[in-house]
Amino acid sequence: MKHKISLTVNGTTYTHEVEPRLLLVHYIRDVLGLTGTHIGCDTTSCGACTIHMNGKAVKSCTVLAVQADGAQLLTVEGLARDGQLHPIQEGFWEEHGLQCGFCTPGMMLAALELLQRIPDPTEEQIRAGIEGNLCRCTGYQHIVNAIQYAARKMRGEEPRKAAV
Amino acid sequence: MIPAAFEYVAPTSVQEAIALLQQHGDEAKVLAGGHSLLPIMKFRLAQPKLVVDIGRIPGLDGIARSGDTITIGALATHDAVERSGLLREHCPLLPETASVIGDMQVRNRGTIGGSLAHADPAADYPGAVLALDAEIVARGPGGTRTIPARDFFVEMLTTALQPAELITEVRVPVIGKGTGTAYVKHAHPASGYAVVGVAVVLEAGGGTCRRCAIGINGVAGKAYRATAVERALAGRALDEKTVAAAAAHAADGVDVQGDLYASSDFRAHLASVYTKRAVLLAASRAG
Repeated sequence: MKHKISLTVNGTTYTHEVEPRLLLVHYIRDVLGLTGTHIGCDTTSCGACTIHMNGKAVKSCTVLAVQADGAQLLTVEGLARDGQLHPIQEGFWEEHGLQCGFCTPGMMLAALELLQRIPDPTEEQIRAGIEGNLCRCTGYQHIVNAIQYAARKMRGEEPRKAAV
Repeated sequence: MIPAAFEYVAPTSVQEAIALLQQHGDEAKVLAGGHSLLPIMKFRLAQPKLVVDIGRIPGLDGIARSGDTITIGALATHDAVERSGLLREHCPLLPETASVIGDMQVRNRGTIGGSLAHADPAADYPGAVLALDAEIVARGPGGTRTIPARDFFVEMLTTALQPAELITEVRVPVIGKGTGTAYVKHAHPASGYAVVGVAVVLEAGGGTCRRCAIGINGVAGKAYRATAVERALAGRALDEKTVAAAAAHAADGVDVQGDLYASSDFRAHLASVYTKRAVLLAASRAG
């Protein structure tokens, strides 16, 4: 039996009838057409499907769409505002925080919760914060730099670039 | 991966949830945070006909102190346990344990009740609840009962819970002065699960061990108390040599699991090494 769910994604409210077994990541990608959220491992390991649900980073491959009924979601498509990149996106751009880009949306949403919790994280805290997100290209250093850039910008400081 | 089709219901009270479990028996599964159940449903290792989502039942996620006991609601997430000021101050073993479960996203969803009910031998909470002599409170058709942690884990993925019973809360003691605790883990490099995880509650005085309780997960088919080590330490000096000699008994009498990552011999060795580390760390915090 299908269930009616109603939820808000990036500020827009949607209502759909869904099968209980529909995973939230499939709902976001296939029903809403928001394909910025990626499916990597599909086993709660790689973090490519990370979104925010009620302000917390979650792996949307391991949440049922029906569990998100009534929730507020944020996906990578909701980061930029009025054509302005979010400081985290700007950080990834400026610091080359990506190569193939597959992990990037999930990485940025994990980084967002990390920076909401710890506005001025140490490198160790950044690495711990993104331990649930795998990147097979960068070796992580440029991702760490990108998050440090974003942290400075979000604190209202001059977002100087990391020395290379 | 897509789970097999199922019916879904989200009761709004414990009573309603129990009635559904009673009515549907083995065909129903309880969903809390979903971080144990959904993965096995995606692999189709579990194909319940009915999923009872208790995640919307209000009042099951609180953490509160009453006298010398702290009560943790079954729906408290690992993140909530990790960040609870009350637990950090009065029962730091649980936040320390929660902090090394999975990753931030997993800790945001996974719950203490769900993890205990799933009873994965490589999960992190079982050793801690054993070492704390915690009580698991379950409600079922016959009312509420309290299950001591030592009676809770029956075998791999099997607990003392009856089919229509639900964990509602976990009770742990307030840890007093003079007692140190520690959870030390060798995490599997890919999955993050405990290859070996050792939880210690140790009461010390004058450099000797007055009493200690050691719970170990990851090593055997179910978490266990390392009673041989506890006996070997009681009343003894807490120097490295004595602790190492006692910790050598960490896997005594248990059927040590072996897999591609760690043979049973290697795992038994790790159990001794991590038990030594955990005991020394707990002793250093017992001041």
